[in-house]
Amino acid sequence: MSKEKLDIPDYNSLFAEERYVQQRANKKQFEAPCSEQNTAEALAYSKSAEYMEKNFDRKAVVINPHKACQPLGSVMAALGFEKTLPFVHGSQGCNSYFRSHLSRHFKEPTPAVSSSMTEDAAVFGGMNNLIDGLENSIALYKPEMVALCTTCMAEVIGDDLSSFIGNARIKGVITEEFPVAFCNTPSFVGSHITGYDSMLKGILSYLYERSGIKASPGSGTESGEKLNVMLGFEPYTGNFAEIRKILEAFDTQYTILGDHSGNYDSPATGEYEYYYGGTKLVDVPLAANALGSLSLQKYTLKKTQDFISGTWNQPITAMSTPLGITGTDKLLEAVSELTGLPVPASLTEERGRVVDALTDSHPYLHGKRVALVGDPDLLIGLIGFCLEVGMEPVHIVCSNGDVDFNDVKFKDEAQALLDSSPYGSEATLYIGNDLWHMRSLLLNDPIDLAIGSSHLKFAAKDAGVPLIRVGFPILDRHHMHRYPIIGYQGTLNLLSLIVNTVLDELDRNHSGFNYDLVR
Amino acid sequence: MGLNIEENKKLVEEVLEAYPKKAKKDREKHFQINTEEAQSCGTCALKSNIKSRPGVMTPRGCSYAGSKGVVWGPIKDMVHISHGPIGCGQYSWGTRRNYANGTLGIDNFTAMQITSDFQETDIVFGGDKKLEVIMREITEMFPLARGISVQSECPVGLIGDDIEAVSKKMSKELEMPIVPVRCEGFRGVSQSLGHHIANDAIRDFVLGKAELAETGPYDVNIIGDYNIGGDAWASRILLEEMGLRVIAQWSGDGTLNELEIAHKAKLNLIHCHRSMNYMVEHMEKAYDIPWMEYNFFGPTKTYESLRAIAARFDETIQENCEKMIARHQPEMDKIIHKFKPRLENKKVLLMIGGLRSRHTIGAYEDLGMDIVASGYEFAHKDDYEKTFPMMKEGTIIMDDPTAYELEELAQKLNVDLVGSGVKEKYVYHKMGVPFRQMHSWDYSGPYHGFDGFKIFAKDMDMTVNSPVWNLISKKEKAQKEGAGV
Repeated sequence: MSKEKLDIPDYNSLFAEERYVQQRANKKQFEAPCSEQNTAEALAYSKSAEYMEKNFDRKAVVINPHKACQPLGSVMAALGFEKTLPFVHGSQGCNSYFRSHLSRHFKEPTPAVSSSMTEDAAVFGGMNNLIDGLENSIALYKPEMVALCTTCMAEVIGDDLSSFIGNARIKGVITEEFPVAFCNTPSFVGSHITGYDSMLKGILSYLYERSGIKASPGSGTESGEKLNVMLGFEPYTGNFAEIRKILEAFDTQYTILGDHSGNYDSPATGEYEYYYGGTKLVDVPLAANALGSLSLQKYTLKKTQDFISGTWNQPITAMSTPLGITGTDKLLEAVSELTGLPVPASLTEERGRVVDALTDSHPYLHGKRVALVGDPDLLIGLIGFCLEVGMEPVHIVCSNGDVDFNDVKFKDEAQALLDSSPYGSEATLYIGNDLWHMRSLLLNDPIDLAIGSSHLKFAAKDAGVPLIRVGFPILDRHHMHRYPIIGYQGTLNLLSLIVNTVLDELDRNHSGFNYDLVR
Repeated sequence: MGLNIEENKKLVEEVLEAYPKKAKKDREKHFQINTEEAQSCGTCALKSNIKSRPGVMTPRGCSYAGSKGVVWGPIKDMVHISHGPIGCGQYSWGTRRNYANGTLGIDNFTAMQITSDFQETDIVFGGDKKLEVIMREITEMFPLARGISVQSECPVGLIGDDIEAVSKKMSKELEMPIVPVRCEGFRGVSQSLGHHIANDAIRDFVLGKAELAETGPYDVNIIGDYNIGGDAWASRILLEEMGLRVIAQWSGDGTLNELEIAHKAKLNLIHCHRSMNYMVEHMEKAYDIPWMEYNFFGPTKTYESLRAIAARFDETIQENCEKMIARHQPEMDKIIHKFKPRLENKKVLLMIGGLRSRHTIGAYEDLGMDIVASGYEFAHKDDYEKTFPMMKEGTIIMDDPTAYELEELAQKLNVDLVGSGVKEKYVYHKMGVPFRQMHSWDYSGPYHGFDGFKIFAKDMDMTVNSPVWNLISKKEKAQKEGAGV
């Protein structure tokens, strides 16, 4: 490289230069801006208790919500199966948004196609688009299965997927054998987790029914001792590796139903192959004969769980994301119960090491007031983790929390969990609220740490609290999803993330004399 | 290094072999190899701005993306309602990097997601009543908001809501401009119709509604600069340095007032012609304001554009312009001197929206790089007519290319750099092909103007010459014989 020194400021330093400061000031004369005083007053007002009251009085407008729409989850679910191409039936822009959004989180490609419906399809229906789309996508991207979901456009006009796929077969565009699983995913119902569930159930029921196998739990000669495991709308590829590690320690056979860790953590080899890993299609009907199934997102996977316990007549243990020591203990108990195998010594030892780490760090965690945002199952896990280390959840927002499991509402379970510990006594649950509500909460009833996705960064900044990025989506940090947060190892990762943020804050806010070398 | 016309024709044919008959017939019309004839006659046969084939993995988005995401979203002192279900607003929340000064949530509402979050009942009973309540609540929550726009998502147009009536009524009640925008995602074939619809809404509801206290002979507008990574600021500074007065910035870091007073300018300067040509043409007809395109990517094009702009004004401006160029040129030369040897003859494939696939060519060429293929997501015929003369003979020009086509071409052409979007990015990382996101500047920027070119050059060097690519043990790639270059 040339030794010549060149000054190339980035956007931070460039726009801090005096000439740009002047430019900003000068532009104002054309902006008809609010006076500085008005802005300062409005800012102060937005932080007030009076504003908070109005904010919580909102009936209609939603501001910075923490949820996405159904088909996003369906695309993720489809990518959990071997050589499966997600196909989004409806307007094409939706598909481009799903692909971008998932790729921004995982930093990986998201192959998915759309039927590109436009005005004429809105009038006449999207059958021709769907049929042409199947023909083209299969020719180009050579999937072994297509997994169809819908955008709200196709739902509003009432397109009939089943008959359209049937017509595609009659027209000879796809063979009778070529699998096309499908589900309806209106974006005006539920959220991304609903769409994940719809697609997973759609794929399992479709592949099962067409196989002709009749479910007989625990009967399969090869699959008899197999356990089915479902992680759900899982933003962490690292969690798949962790659950594998755990199941392998148990020395049990298992099938992960819906495993997108291959597609979302594929190697750079010099070639791109479109499809990586995923649950093998042939394993799906065999899964009907497993001893039992384990669901790690019980609020997400409602329809799928009902299908497995109903149609497959299989014992199913459903829990929320197994975070923390207690959460992981429950996971291991469940695996042990479903398989009849004892908890392996290696995991007990790992537990001890992680508990040891928790004892080392507890002084920095104890009594820390935290705000939590996330999907329902993640929140159950996070609340559990906070309580077991002495952190105090204070504000808990769940935009898509109007869900239940076994007739118990998420809110009631979360409240009971909080009530079970003295560290939960400060907490309030806000179901269906958004991050603009959270902003008021953080400003009016301050906390020490905010835990949630990248979308929480704005409220956290306004309140001046550090954000610990956990959940989906994480758009502004790299690789966090590659490290597990479940299991004992995940507990250690989470602990390390939180305690080191606390320690960073101590250094950042030091008073000179206490810029300590040892903490 | 020349590009081989016949070989590249053959190469494209080979790529399209994979398609079923009907789709192949369609896709053939979206490719053209540049020839002397195409360069000069300007009437290319290439088809554009027509429907994408279903199932091919088009890179295109929708009208909503063109209106909320591109044109309206950056207007910082208005609240833009993503009207419909939750997703559209969520995915377009803060992802475009159209920077704006101000206090977020107080007098700047750009990186926010404000939505009606349609539920099943809204689909069944309509969303108009809810929309009224939303507008009232917006004025309560955001007392400094200067106006509201309603960005329609698909269901709005399908269930027969009358957002125009609601907007009219509420505009009166709340005493602020409220702009209904019919940018439902199923309208049109890409983002492009959304730009047009958004432009029409500016024309019908906002333009000409305010006056400028004092006008001057040097008043100009910047049109079609979305301030990605600060682009508009890096452009404005040059115009101001040569003595012009920028009275409106559309729409990056823009305000409602700037939309309202733009008709007072003496000249419209348009950067992204594709997304805002409708407005400059309207202002020419309605207000006699002439307009001109300019290009601030790379020093060569920037000098050229600055001089062309100055030529529209008096000698003072022209002298200022020359002085300014003289002041910046040595530094630009230094940048080129440093980076050109590292980038010379590197082959680039571009596939961007409706402008940059041609507008950035000069910047690459300043660094000695060769564009071997270039395509647009949503360009129209006039864009291609401008593109062919800018490209070398033998360059592959493509319209709405699919993921499959791009991947095949990038490999067959053995390119050194691909410039496209986030949907494409990580595919090329797997392949070991250096890649820059050319919509968001890959979270860098600005790339406009002299300040921008420095960053552009550094970024291209960093990407093309990063040692990380050497860590990929590339499998032997079966290079098709005579792959055109």
